[in-house]
This record gives sequence, structure tokens and C-alpha cells, in this order.
Amino acid sequence: MTRSPIEPLVLPVTAEDRRIAHLALLALGLTLLDAAIPSPLPGVKPGFANIVVLLALLRYGWRVAAWVSLVRVLAGSLLLGTFLAPGFWLALSGALSSLAVLAVVRKLPQRWFGPVSLSVPAALAHIAGQLALAGAWLLPGAGVLGLAPVFALAALAGGTVNGLVVAHLVAHPAAGAQSAHEPA
Amino acid sequence: MRLLRPGDYAVLLLGALLTALLFARALDGAGGDSLLIRAGGRVFLRTTLTADQTIRVPGPLGVSLVEIRGGRARVAQDPGPLQICVHQGWLSRVGQVALCLPNQVSIEVKGTGSKGYDSLAY
Repeated sequence: MTRSPIEPLVLPVTAEDRRIAHLALLALGLTLLDAAIPSPLPGVKPGFANIVVLLALLRYGWRVAAWVSLVRVLAGSLLLGTFLAPGFWLALSGALSSLAVLAVVRKLPQRWFGPVSLSVPAALAHIAGQLALAGAWLLPGAGVLGLAPVFALAALAGGTVNGLVVAHLVAHPAAGAQSAHEPA
Repeated sequence: MRLLRPGDYAVLLLGALLTALLFARALDGAGGDSLLIRAGGRVFLRTTLTADQTIRVPGPLGVSLVEIRGGRARVAQDPGPLQICVHQGWLSRVGQVALCLPNQVSIEVKGTGSKGYDSLAY
């Protein structure tokens, strides 16, 4: 048998890669849950997947959180069939803005500011990014910004709930949740 | 460790404040999306507020300049003696009107959603 002149391409998989994959999978499950919950207004969602992003941020830093968030958006859009559709761009724009805000608010002293201080600004940034994209590109002049207060209220509520969940998980790392974070 | 730390309350308060501000702004009259220009008692032009432009409106005293910029409109120049309509500045909310009486020119902001009423019937 002739040996291929090209060396087989081996992509080394680091522990961080596995970690990101595990966390992204968790976030993906929550994304599907989010999508399954009926919503009175398209775009108003609890954003449970961000719980995983915040846990990744607190445990492994911003880089891992960014990977988890973006992989989740990409894979979630593939599973939901919205890849490259408007919903995908909205999700991407929201994810990027909330990551940008997270990069800033994570510098807040942890002694005074807990996970809620991460999740609420991130949730508000998420809807701000989405509304900016929707207003500027998808539905210009359709008065999308008129919905801003409703979205802000939803983000405030969702951000608070998710932040409290993260705070609880950080304070009481349950045995079951632990195994998911620390893959063998 | 408590779930909410002191700074969290501050962040929540800020978020609530921001949301309240957005609601207050939304309730503070609907923003108009078109402009009705009258001259000499007739409709001179009905145009959108979304396209920036300057419109010359002729009247008995001369030309009034109506300026539309960034979703707002104003009378930029008017030959009238008191300049009341010019001093009114920018209009953006549905129902706002600037009257240049001497030159018989008026501008009024209109919206798609009818806001309020202009007459009462029993």
C-alpha cells in the first residue's frame, strides 16, 4: 500500500478544548430549552444558557466564556435551523455585546459585586446589541427602539434570575453539577 | 456567602433606573414619523421625518426654510418679524406644531398611531 505523502493531520485536543466543548454542550441544552419556552414577544427569553457562560467566566476566565458563548450561538442556530437567518445575527450581536460588557464588569471587585452584577449588565448589553442590529439593519424605521423598555425590563428580570442561579451554584457547587464542569 | 453582595444592589438599582428611564421616554408622547407643511392654508408638502432635507416654503413675506434632520423638524429661517416659529426649535413628537403666522407657513409632526384627539364630540 502506498503511504500518503502527506502527514495525517492531527489536531491536538487540549484540556481546555474539552472543557469548552463540555460547557458549550451544557449551554446548548439550555438554548434549546429557551427556544422551547413560548414567549409573548419574539426575543424576550430567559436566556438560561448565559448561566453556563457566567459560570465559565467565573471559573475559567473570559476567553473560555467567549468560546462557550460563540460556540453555543453557532451550534444552537444549526440545531434550530436559523443559521445565517436574522435570528442568528441577532443572537450573535447580542452575544458579542454581552461578552464585551462582561470583559469590563468582571474587573469589579468580587468582594462587593457578585454574579448578579455580571449577569444584569450582560443581559442589558445583550438586548442593546440586538436592538441596535435590528434597528440599524433588519427593520430600519420600524420603530424597533420603541420596544426597548419592554426588552430592558425582560433583561433586568432574566439577568437577575440567572445571576442568582449562578450565585447559588457558585456558593453550593452541587455534586451533580460538579461532574459536568470537571470532565474526567 | 450571600447570594447578593452590596454592589449587586447598586447594579440592580442602576438597571431598574435605566429601564424606568426607557419607559418614561416611551410614554412621553410618541415620536412622529412624518411632517405636514402648510402654506397659505393649503397643504404644501407631506414628507417623512426620516430623510434629512431642507425645504423652501414660499409665503407672502418670502421664503421660510424648513429643516428636517435626524427625525426632527424645525423652521430654520422665516421672514416674519417675531421669529416665534424659529425659536420653537426642533419638533419631534406627534402633534407638535410651529406656526409662522405672518408668512402663513406652519409645520406639524404627524405619526402613524393617532395620538390623542384634535376635537371632542358628545
